[in-house]
Amino acid sequence: MPRRKGAPEVNAGSMADIAFLLLIFFLVTTTIETDAGLDRMLPPMEPPEDIDVVIKQKNIFTVNINRNGQLLVEEEIMDIKNLREAAIAFLDNGGAPSGSPEYCSYCKGKRDAGSSDNPDKAIISLKNDRETKYSTYITVQNELVGAYNDLRNREAQRLYGSDFVTMESEYLNPETPSSVRDELKDKVKKIQELFPQKLSEAETSKNQ
Amino acid sequence: MSKFAKKKDGDLPAVSTASLPDIVFMLLFFFMTVTVMKDSSIMVENTLPNATEIKKLEKKDRVIYVFAGKPTREYASVYGTETRIQLNDKFASVDEVGSYILAERAKKPQELQNVLTTALKVDKEANMGLISDIKQELRKVNALKVNYTTFEGDAFNNLQ
Repeated sequence: MPRRKGAPEVNAGSMADIAFLLLIFFLVTTTIETDAGLDRMLPPMEPPEDIDVVIKQKNIFTVNINRNGQLLVEEEIMDIKNLREAAIAFLDNGGAPSGSPEYCSYCKGKRDAGSSDNPDKAIISLKNDRETKYSTYITVQNELVGAYNDLRNREAQRLYGSDFVTMESEYLNPETPSSVRDELKDKVKKIQELFPQKLSEAETSKNQ
Repeated sequence: MSKFAKKKDGDLPAVSTASLPDIVFMLLFFFMTVTVMKDSSIMVENTLPNATEIKKLEKKDRVIYVFAGKPTREYASVYGTETRIQLNDKFASVDEVGSYILAERAKKPQELQNVLTTALKVDKEANMGLISDIKQELRKVNALKVNYTTFEGDAFNNLQ
């Protein structure tokens, strides 16, 4: 019997099944998740040379967390729910008298001379115990970052008519076109300068 | 007009499935490219706390992960129930964090070495003592950019 010309064709009918099998495998193993969290900068180990800068007591907002998760804010016990409000009041105070170089023109606070001079001078100092629970610490961090974000949002709304948080996330998103990002960069920088995040964390106190 | 009249009515032609493999392959390649195989199994309890003011960790290649929490049940008999640090598939002590960060940093391309973030994935039940020790270690090796990885949600839920 003479052979037919050419090899017989491979049946490709089950190709779809094989592909489906692989597809389902990858579907199951895929986790499309981007982690998210609170970004923080740690202070460098070497203290800067000019440590003789004196910080006035009124420009420091102290927050202490004890081992039971209770807060001591400016030497007074405070509920964690009121922390954001207190931090905003402190940062936005603008206590420097009008006409002085430190005067804060955009602050809307009480302008109490006994509280912070301006947002640039205002420092939040956070201390915690070694026994403090991590979740409590994150809540406090979240509230303090939230206080900064609230104020920055307010200024961004006033200057550019959009929220700082949206502007920043758009700026950080790698999919945003670079022309838009360059424009946003200046705006984000400007707002960050109005309310710079000055959150100092002392080393944890040893448990007594 | 006979051209149009030729169609037989009532007899639906079968839908061609010839392009089905192509479609499936397209999906397959999509999922193959977006899949990130987990490179380390988590050996500690890892229920992250909630927070609202979060930022996304874009660009996974610039992130170094540090896990901490109580060992899970299968490891509890060997490693106890005290909060432990996990680095790359094994439990580690605090003073190993610094060298781990340096080793991971050396693995990354030169241009990324200065923009790395350390993601701290810490269980919400952990104590701050350990976290402070980790932070001290990070400061020693000058890895100052940290991200406390959290879930999105009301931060006050943490307190319960």
